[in-house]
Amino acid sequence: MISNENNAMNPGISTMLKKYRFAIGLALVIAAIYFTNRSVGTEAFGISVSNTKEMLSLLPPVFILVGLLDVWVPKETIIRDMGEDSGWKGILMALFLGSAAAGPLYVAFPITALLLRKRARLAYILFFLGVWSTTKLPILLYEISYMGLKFTAIHAAVGLPFFLLFSIIIEKVMPEDSRESLYRKAEMELP
Amino acid sequence: MVFSFFKDRKKTKIAILKACKSFSSLLPEVLSIMMFVGISLAILSPETISRLIGAESGPFGIAVALIAGSVTLIPSFVTFPLGAALLKDGAGYAQIAAFVSTLMAVGVMTLPVEIKYFNRYTAVLRNISALLVSIIFTVVIWRLM
Repeated sequence: MISNENNAMNPGISTMLKKYRFAIGLALVIAAIYFTNRSVGTEAFGISVSNTKEMLSLLPPVFILVGLLDVWVPKETIIRDMGEDSGWKGILMALFLGSAAAGPLYVAFPITALLLRKRARLAYILFFLGVWSTTKLPILLYEISYMGLKFTAIHAAVGLPFFLLFSIIIEKVMPEDSRESLYRKAEMELP
Repeated sequence: MVFSFFKDRKKTKIAILKACKSFSSLLPEVLSIMMFVGISLAILSPETISRLIGAESGPFGIAVALIAGSVTLIPSFVTFPLGAALLKDGAGYAQIAAFVSTLMAVGVMTLPVEIKYFNRYTAVLRNISALLVSIIFTVVIWRLM
Protein backbone atom coordinates (compact mmCIF):
# COMPACT_ATOMS: atom_id res chain seq x y z
CA MET A 1 0.00 0.00 0.00
CA ILE A 2 2.74 2.40 0.95
CA SER A 3 4.56 1.84 -2.30
CA ASN A 4 1.33 2.43 -4.20
CA GLU A 5 0.90 5.75 -2.52
CA ASN A 6 4.45 6.61 -3.36
CA ASN A 7 3.77 5.85 -7.00
CA ALA A 8 0.77 8.12 -7.07
CA MET A 9 2.66 10.97 -5.50
CA ASN A 10 5.74 10.65 -7.62
CA PRO A 11 5.58 8.80 -10.93
CA GLY A 12 8.53 6.49 -10.36
CA ILE A 13 10.99 4.89 -12.68
CA SER A 14 8.75 1.88 -13.33
CA THR A 15 5.86 3.94 -14.74
CA MET A 16 8.29 5.93 -16.87
CA LEU A 17 9.76 2.67 -18.16
CA LYS A 18 6.29 1.41 -19.01
CA LYS A 19 5.35 4.58 -20.86
CA TYR A 20 8.53 4.56 -22.89
CA ARG A 21 8.81 0.80 -23.43
CA PHE A 22 8.28 0.97 -27.21
CA ALA A 23 10.65 3.90 -27.58
CA ILE A 24 13.34 2.07 -25.59
CA GLY A 25 12.75 -1.14 -27.56
CA LEU A 26 13.16 0.67 -30.87
CA ALA A 27 16.30 2.43 -29.65
CA LEU A 28 17.72 -1.03 -28.89
CA VAL A 29 16.73 -2.18 -32.41
CA ILE A 30 18.65 0.76 -33.91
CA ALA A 31 21.65 -0.15 -31.75
CA ALA A 32 21.40 -3.78 -32.90
CA ILE A 33 21.27 -2.68 -36.56
CA TYR A 34 24.31 -0.48 -35.98
CA PHE A 35 26.35 -3.44 -34.76
CA THR A 36 25.34 -5.64 -37.72
CA ASN A 37 25.48 -2.98 -40.44
CA ARG A 38 27.22 0.25 -39.53
CA SER A 39 25.98 2.48 -42.38
CA VAL A 40 22.33 1.43 -42.16
CA GLY A 41 22.41 1.86 -38.38
CA THR A 42 23.96 5.32 -38.66
CA GLU A 43 21.35 6.31 -41.24
CA ALA A 44 18.48 4.99 -39.12
CA PHE A 45 19.84 6.97 -36.19
CA GLY A 46 20.29 10.11 -38.30
CA ILE A 47 16.78 10.01 -39.76
CA SER A 48 15.26 9.38 -36.33
CA VAL A 49 17.16 12.31 -34.84
CA SER A 50 16.24 14.74 -37.64
CA ASN A 51 12.57 13.69 -37.51
CA THR A 52 12.54 14.07 -33.74
CA LYS A 53 14.17 17.49 -34.03
CA GLU A 54 11.46 18.61 -36.45
CA MET A 55 8.79 17.29 -34.11
CA LEU A 56 10.33 19.00 -31.08
CA SER A 57 10.43 22.31 -32.93
CA LEU A 58 6.78 22.07 -34.01
CA LEU A 59 4.82 20.41 -31.23
CA PRO A 60 5.53 22.63 -28.19
CA PRO A 61 4.50 25.89 -29.93
CA VAL A 62 1.34 24.19 -31.19
CA PHE A 63 0.49 22.91 -27.74
CA ILE A 64 1.05 26.34 -26.21
CA LEU A 65 -1.10 27.93 -28.92
CA VAL A 66 -3.82 25.33 -28.33
CA GLY A 67 -3.59 25.90 -24.56
CA LEU A 68 -3.93 29.67 -25.00
CA LEU A 69 -6.83 29.37 -27.46
CA ASP A 70 -8.46 26.96 -25.04
CA VAL A 71 -8.51 29.48 -22.21
CA TRP A 72 -9.17 32.58 -24.32
CA VAL A 73 -11.64 31.55 -27.03
CA PRO A 74 -15.09 30.97 -25.59
CA LYS A 75 -17.04 27.89 -26.64
CA GLU A 76 -19.83 30.08 -27.98
CA THR A 77 -17.53 31.65 -30.57
CA ILE A 78 -16.54 28.27 -32.01
CA ILE A 79 -20.14 27.06 -31.93
CA ARG A 80 -21.17 30.19 -33.85
CA ASP A 81 -18.37 30.05 -36.43
CA MET A 82 -17.81 26.32 -36.85
CA GLY A 83 -20.71 24.65 -35.08
CA GLU A 84 -23.67 22.62 -36.26
CA ASP A 85 -25.51 25.62 -37.77
CA SER A 86 -22.57 27.67 -39.01
CA GLY A 87 -23.08 26.60 -42.66
CA TRP A 88 -20.69 28.08 -45.23
CA LYS A 89 -18.92 30.02 -42.53
CA GLY A 90 -17.81 26.76 -40.93
CA ILE A 91 -16.43 25.47 -44.23
CA LEU A 92 -14.54 28.72 -44.80
CA MET A 93 -13.19 28.63 -41.25
CA ALA A 94 -11.92 25.06 -41.81
CA LEU A 95 -10.33 26.19 -45.09
CA PHE A 96 -8.68 29.15 -43.41
CA LEU A 97 -7.44 27.25 -40.34
CA GLY A 98 -6.15 24.33 -42.40
CA SER A 99 -4.34 26.53 -44.92
CA ALA A 100 -2.72 28.74 -42.33
CA ALA A 101 -1.08 25.70 -40.80
CA ALA A 102 2.45 24.37 -40.95
CA GLY A 103 3.71 20.94 -40.08
CA PRO A 104 2.72 17.32 -40.50
CA LEU A 105 -0.77 16.05 -39.86
CA TYR A 106 -0.10 14.77 -36.34
CA VAL A 107 0.46 18.36 -35.29
CA ALA A 108 -3.16 19.04 -36.31
CA PHE A 109 -4.64 16.44 -33.95
CA PRO A 110 -4.30 18.54 -30.76
CA ILE A 111 -6.10 21.34 -32.63
CA THR A 112 -8.93 19.00 -33.65
CA ALA A 113 -9.26 17.92 -30.01
CA LEU A 114 -9.62 21.58 -29.06
CA LEU A 115 -12.25 22.12 -31.77
CA LEU A 116 -14.15 19.06 -30.53
CA ARG A 117 -14.01 20.38 -27.00
CA LYS A 118 -15.49 23.67 -28.21
CA ARG A 119 -18.23 21.83 -30.10
CA ALA A 120 -17.30 22.51 -33.69
CA ARG A 121 -19.17 20.38 -36.22
CA LEU A 122 -17.47 17.02 -36.86
CA ALA A 123 -17.69 17.31 -40.67
CA TYR A 124 -15.86 20.66 -40.54
CA ILE A 125 -13.20 19.27 -38.22
CA LEU A 126 -12.57 16.38 -40.62
CA PHE A 127 -12.53 18.82 -43.54
CA PHE A 128 -10.00 20.92 -41.63
CA LEU A 129 -7.72 17.85 -41.50
CA GLY A 130 -8.26 17.33 -45.24
CA VAL A 131 -7.32 20.96 -45.97
CA TRP A 132 -4.29 20.64 -43.69
CA SER A 133 -3.07 17.66 -45.69
CA THR A 134 -3.65 19.29 -49.10
CA THR A 135 -3.23 23.04 -49.24
CA LYS A 136 -1.39 24.37 -46.22
CA LEU A 137 0.19 27.52 -47.59
CA PRO A 138 3.92 27.16 -46.86
CA ILE A 139 3.94 23.66 -48.32
CA LEU A 140 1.80 24.76 -51.27
CA LEU A 141 4.63 27.08 -52.35
CA TYR A 142 7.07 24.18 -52.08
CA GLU A 143 4.75 22.01 -54.14
CA ILE A 144 4.44 24.61 -56.91
CA SER A 145 8.20 25.16 -57.14
CA TYR A 146 9.08 21.45 -57.16
CA MET A 147 6.13 19.77 -58.89
CA GLY A 148 4.83 22.59 -61.07
CA LEU A 149 1.68 24.68 -61.07
CA LYS A 150 -0.43 22.18 -63.00
CA PHE A 151 0.28 19.31 -60.60
CA THR A 152 -0.42 21.54 -57.58
CA ALA A 153 -3.61 22.99 -59.05
CA ILE A 154 -4.98 19.51 -59.79
CA HIS A 155 -4.03 18.41 -56.26
CA ALA A 156 -6.05 21.23 -54.70
CA ALA A 157 -8.92 21.09 -57.20
CA VAL A 158 -9.41 17.35 -56.70
CA GLY A 159 -8.46 17.13 -53.04
CA LEU A 160 -10.55 19.87 -51.46
CA PRO A 161 -14.03 19.03 -52.85
CA PHE A 162 -13.58 15.31 -52.22
CA PHE A 163 -12.30 15.86 -48.69
CA LEU A 164 -15.39 17.98 -48.01
CA LEU A 165 -17.66 15.33 -49.51
CA PHE A 166 -16.07 12.50 -47.49
CA SER A 167 -16.12 14.59 -44.29
CA ILE A 168 -19.88 14.98 -44.62
CA ILE A 169 -20.32 11.29 -45.49
CA ILE A 170 -18.30 10.18 -42.44
CA GLU A 171 -20.37 12.43 -40.21
CA LYS A 172 -23.61 11.08 -41.68
CA VAL A 173 -22.74 7.38 -41.41
CA MET A 174 -21.44 7.74 -37.89
CA PRO A 175 -23.93 6.56 -35.25
CA GLU A 176 -25.27 9.37 -33.07
CA ASP A 177 -23.98 7.90 -29.79
CA SER A 178 -20.52 7.31 -31.23
CA ARG A 179 -20.31 10.96 -32.26
CA GLU A 180 -21.57 12.10 -28.89
CA SER A 181 -18.94 9.99 -27.10
CA LEU A 182 -16.28 11.63 -29.27
CA TYR A 183 -17.26 15.07 -27.99
CA ARG A 184 -17.48 13.84 -24.41
CA LYS A 185 -14.04 12.24 -24.63
CA ALA A 186 -12.54 15.50 -25.87
CA GLU A 187 -14.19 17.41 -23.05
CA MET A 188 -13.12 15.02 -20.32
CA GLU A 189 -9.49 14.37 -21.06
CA LEU A 190 -6.58 16.19 -22.53
CA PRO A 191 -4.80 13.51 -24.49
CA MET B 1 1.99 34.40 -24.98
CA VAL B 2 3.61 37.46 -23.41
CA PHE B 3 0.47 39.42 -24.21
CA SER B 4 -1.69 36.76 -22.62
CA PHE B 5 0.58 36.74 -19.56
CA PHE B 6 0.11 40.43 -18.91
CA LYS B 7 -3.59 40.26 -19.52
CA ASP B 8 -4.30 37.38 -17.18
CA ARG B 9 -1.57 35.52 -15.32
CA LYS B 10 -3.79 32.77 -14.03
CA LYS B 11 -5.33 31.93 -17.41
CA THR B 12 -1.89 31.89 -19.01
CA LYS B 13 -0.61 29.56 -16.33
CA ILE B 14 -3.51 27.17 -16.96
CA ALA B 15 -2.77 27.30 -20.68
CA ILE B 16 0.92 26.45 -20.18
CA LEU B 17 0.10 23.66 -17.74
CA LYS B 18 -2.35 22.18 -20.24
CA ALA B 19 0.27 22.43 -22.97
CA CYS B 20 2.90 20.66 -20.85
CA LYS B 21 0.50 17.88 -19.90
CA SER B 22 -0.57 17.27 -23.51
CA PHE B 23 3.03 17.28 -24.67
CA SER B 24 4.35 14.85 -22.09
CA SER B 25 1.51 12.39 -22.65
CA LEU B 26 2.18 12.38 -26.39
CA LEU B 27 5.97 12.21 -26.27
CA PRO B 28 6.47 8.44 -25.81
CA GLU B 29 4.32 7.59 -28.84
CA VAL B 30 5.87 10.23 -31.03
CA LEU B 31 9.41 9.15 -30.13
CA SER B 32 8.57 5.55 -31.03
CA ILE B 33 7.07 6.62 -34.35
CA MET B 34 10.17 8.66 -35.22
CA MET B 35 12.52 5.76 -34.55
CA PHE B 36 10.35 3.26 -36.42
CA VAL B 37 10.32 5.52 -39.46
CA GLY B 38 14.05 6.08 -39.14
CA ILE B 39 14.68 2.33 -39.23
CA SER B 40 12.35 1.76 -42.20
CA LEU B 41 13.79 4.56 -44.32
CA ALA B 42 17.35 3.47 -43.61
CA ILE B 43 16.60 -0.06 -44.80
CA LEU B 44 14.80 1.07 -47.97
CA SER B 45 17.27 2.98 -50.14
CA PRO B 46 16.15 5.73 -52.58
CA GLU B 47 17.31 3.52 -55.49
CA THR B 48 14.99 0.73 -54.38
CA ILE B 49 12.15 3.19 -54.11
CA SER B 50 12.58 4.73 -57.55
CA ARG B 51 12.95 1.27 -59.16
CA LEU B 52 9.64 0.20 -57.64
CA ILE B 53 7.70 3.27 -58.73
CA GLY B 54 9.18 4.02 -62.16
CA ALA B 55 7.17 5.63 -64.95
CA GLU B 56 6.60 2.21 -66.54
CA SER B 57 5.51 0.53 -63.32
CA GLY B 58 1.80 1.25 -63.99
CA PRO B 59 -0.92 0.31 -61.51
CA PHE B 60 1.52 -1.86 -59.55
CA GLY B 61 3.83 1.10 -59.06
CA ILE B 62 0.87 3.24 -58.06
CA ALA B 63 -0.19 0.65 -55.48
CA VAL B 64 3.38 0.53 -54.11
CA ALA B 65 3.47 4.33 -53.96
CA LEU B 66 0.10 4.49 -52.18
CA ILE B 67 1.24 2.00 -49.56
CA ALA B 68 4.68 3.58 -49.16
CA GLY B 69 3.15 7.04 -48.76
CA SER B 70 0.60 5.78 -46.24
CA VAL B 71 3.06 4.07 -43.93
CA THR B 72 5.99 6.48 -44.04
CA LEU B 73 6.31 9.77 -42.29
CA ILE B 74 8.53 12.36 -43.92
CA PRO B 75 8.66 16.06 -42.97
CA SER B 76 6.49 17.93 -45.45
CA PHE B 77 9.22 20.29 -46.58
CA VAL B 78 11.25 17.22 -47.58
CA THR B 79 8.29 15.60 -49.36
CA PHE B 80 8.32 17.68 -52.53
CA PRO B 81 12.08 17.91 -53.06
CA LEU B 82 12.06 14.12 -52.62
CA GLY B 83 9.16 13.80 -55.08
CA ALA B 84 11.00 15.95 -57.62
CA ALA B 85 14.20 13.94 -57.09
CA LEU B 86 12.31 10.67 -57.65
CA LEU B 87 10.74 12.11 -60.83
CA LYS B 88 14.24 12.92 -62.11
CA ASP B 89 15.30 9.37 -61.28
CA GLY B 90 12.56 8.08 -63.59
CA ALA B 91 9.52 7.77 -61.36
CA GLY B 92 6.14 8.46 -63.02
CA TYR B 93 3.93 11.47 -62.30
CA ALA B 94 0.99 9.30 -61.22
CA GLN B 95 3.21 7.28 -58.87
CA ILE B 96 4.62 10.46 -57.34
CA ALA B 97 1.09 11.90 -56.99
CA ALA B 98 0.06 8.74 -55.15
CA PHE B 99 3.16 8.93 -52.96
CA VAL B 100 3.04 12.60 -51.94
CA SER B 101 -0.72 12.78 -51.42
CA THR B 102 -0.85 9.73 -49.15
CA LEU B 103 2.32 10.88 -47.44
CA MET B 104 0.57 14.04 -46.33
CA ALA B 105 -2.97 12.75 -45.76
CA VAL B 106 -2.81 9.10 -44.67
CA GLY B 107 -1.00 8.16 -41.49
CA VAL B 108 -0.83 4.48 -40.66
CA MET B 109 2.09 5.06 -38.29
CA THR B 110 0.31 7.85 -36.48
CA LEU B 111 -2.98 5.95 -36.29
CA PRO B 112 -2.50 5.09 -32.57
CA VAL B 113 -2.08 8.80 -31.81
CA GLU B 114 -5.09 9.68 -33.97
CA ILE B 115 -7.24 7.10 -32.16
CA LYS B 116 -6.15 8.67 -28.89
CA TYR B 117 -7.53 12.02 -30.03
CA PHE B 118 -10.66 10.77 -31.82
CA ASN B 119 -11.77 7.17 -31.55
CA ARG B 120 -11.03 4.05 -33.57
CA TYR B 121 -14.10 4.41 -35.81
CA THR B 122 -13.46 8.02 -36.81
CA ALA B 123 -9.71 7.66 -37.17
CA VAL B 124 -9.97 4.58 -39.40
CA LEU B 125 -12.72 6.12 -41.55
CA ARG B 126 -10.77 9.34 -41.94
CA ASN B 127 -7.69 7.47 -43.13
CA ILE B 128 -9.73 5.37 -45.56
CA SER B 129 -11.37 8.50 -46.98
CA ALA B 130 -7.96 10.19 -47.27
CA LEU B 131 -6.69 7.14 -49.17
CA LEU B 132 -9.70 7.34 -51.52
CA VAL B 133 -9.07 11.05 -52.18
CA SER B 134 -5.43 10.24 -52.93
CA ILE B 135 -6.48 7.51 -55.37
CA ILE B 136 -8.87 9.87 -57.17
CA PHE B 137 -6.14 12.51 -57.37
CA THR B 138 -3.68 9.92 -58.72
CA VAL B 139 -6.11 8.80 -61.42
CA VAL B 140 -6.72 12.41 -62.51
CA ILE B 141 -2.95 13.04 -62.71
CA TRP B 142 -2.55 9.80 -64.65
CA ARG B 143 -5.07 10.97 -67.23
CA LEU B 144 -3.92 14.59 -67.44
CA MET B 145 -0.13 14.56 -67.12
